[in-house]
Amino acid sequence: MKSYPISIKPFGERAVLVEWPSEVKESILADILDFMEAFKALKIPGWEMSVAYNSLTMVYNNDHLDFEETQKMILECHAEQAKTASTRVQHLWAIPVCYDLEFGIDIQEVSKTLNLSVEELIQQHTSHQYVVYGIGFLPGFMYLGGLPASLEIPRRAEPRLQVAKGSVGLAGKQTGVYPQDSPGGWNIIGNCPVPLFNPSIKEPCFVKVGDKIQFHKISKAEYELHKIEAEVGIYKPAKVVLHA
Amino acid sequence: MLKVLKSGFFVTIQDLGRYGYRDIGVPVAGAMDVDSVKKANLLLANDPNAAVMEITMTGPTLLFEEPSFICLSGAHIHATLNNKPIENYQVLQVTKGDIVSYGRLENGFRAYLAIKGGFKTEKVLGSRSQFAPVTKTKRLKDGDEVLYDKNISFKPLISEVKIDDHFLKDYLEVYKGPEFELLNDSQLSEIFTKTFTVSKENNRMAYQLSELIEGHTHSMLTSGTLPGTVQLTPAGRLIILMKDGQTTGGYPRILQLSEESICTLAQKKLGDTFTIKLL
Repeated sequence: MKSYPISIKPFGERAVLVEWPSEVKESILADILDFMEAFKALKIPGWEMSVAYNSLTMVYNNDHLDFEETQKMILECHAEQAKTASTRVQHLWAIPVCYDLEFGIDIQEVSKTLNLSVEELIQQHTSHQYVVYGIGFLPGFMYLGGLPASLEIPRRAEPRLQVAKGSVGLAGKQTGVYPQDSPGGWNIIGNCPVPLFNPSIKEPCFVKVGDKIQFHKISKAEYELHKIEAEVGIYKPAKVVLHA
Repeated sequence: MLKVLKSGFFVTIQDLGRYGYRDIGVPVAGAMDVDSVKKANLLLANDPNAAVMEITMTGPTLLFEEPSFICLSGAHIHATLNNKPIENYQVLQVTKGDIVSYGRLENGFRAYLAIKGGFKTEKVLGSRSQFAPVTKTKRLKDGDEVLYDKNISFKPLISEVKIDDHFLKDYLEVYKGPEFELLNDSQLSEIFTKTFTVSKENNRMAYQLSELIEGHTHSMLTSGTLPGTVQLTPAGRLIILMKDGQTTGGYPRILQLSEESICTLAQKKLGDTFTIKLL
């Protein structure tokens, strides 16, 4: 596995920011995840880490940090990690989306702008695997990479005050799912009936950073069924194991 | 149990926050002015993480239905127990039928009411801090009932202390943020000489400042943010993230408030002013 140069900056009294080269790239994400795995294996209580594209925010909840010492520990861990093979497991998740006009409120306008038929747009949106480069902005919101250039479309000129929970959108180089009702400026092309964030269970988010997701088209009837299954807690998203 | 007869402007239950879920985008939440909460919990010999009531600007009217001990801290919003004035940092015994209510805001912005043993609301992901949709509700409303344990035997070690209000400071202390190096001389001089004002866009998620500084055209990949992170928008607006702030952001993080200064800012309201000092 490729190892990249990293830089470490202090971030307040009890956090540091570790940065990899500023690119959206799967091999960079893999190096970050390998580092996280190696760091977790040190079993130092109190650390909390979150990934976003090329960076890792590391927060030490137990105390204020000595920056020099922390930097040394991180650099050593990153150098050591390059020598051992990763045992990380990643998943490819199949995420159902209903693209009916009732949910995909912008899909006709988007298909016109992109010079695609609605069917072609859905076909392209569902034929790619998207990499989860981070989870943030809202609880359970996935930053996805790998959108084909043919689906790139600017944000709406005026954001909506409320976008419905589960809405699937397109904006610039990104596609994603709103995990809750929220204001937002993305173009909405469908809705996912499965909650991506559920605080009432031990693992509120089944998708992890580094996983991939692929959308698949479902009918309104399947949408209603999955929604009920999810509400009573029997919906199991389909997944395939991928090795890092 | 306690009954919220009138809920005031914005009253929530908070502990020290929700840790361990940043990686799935869950803000830490928790009390905005942690220093005030710790002092009140200390006087009640509580765990520092015991849940308290955070009272913003105007106070609620509360009916106690079980005996216990309470302690107020933070902002001064003229409070009374059965119509008799009460002060911050006093351990007070309450009994069935007692009513605490609040009057005019004297100073600060967020007051706290701590109770012996802490409030026993539902814990979600390890914390009682109200933050929707992680918790079902985002604030207390008229008629809500809040559980606490009955206590008649507590003997406080200290029943009252005189404490200076840490939050009356007119400056915030900051560290360099991850993108500090992007700032040019004129931006640096503006940040560290200007007096800034809290705009009407201020809440538990973020404080926006009224004064603009010179903007920028730097674009960056979305990256992690923390409570106290000061972001600079391309238009030159300073946005300071607070406890309910999102865990990631795409604006340069030019400064990071000290933990003490997060408490200071938490007690500032629309129109309050301060300067910024580099630590």
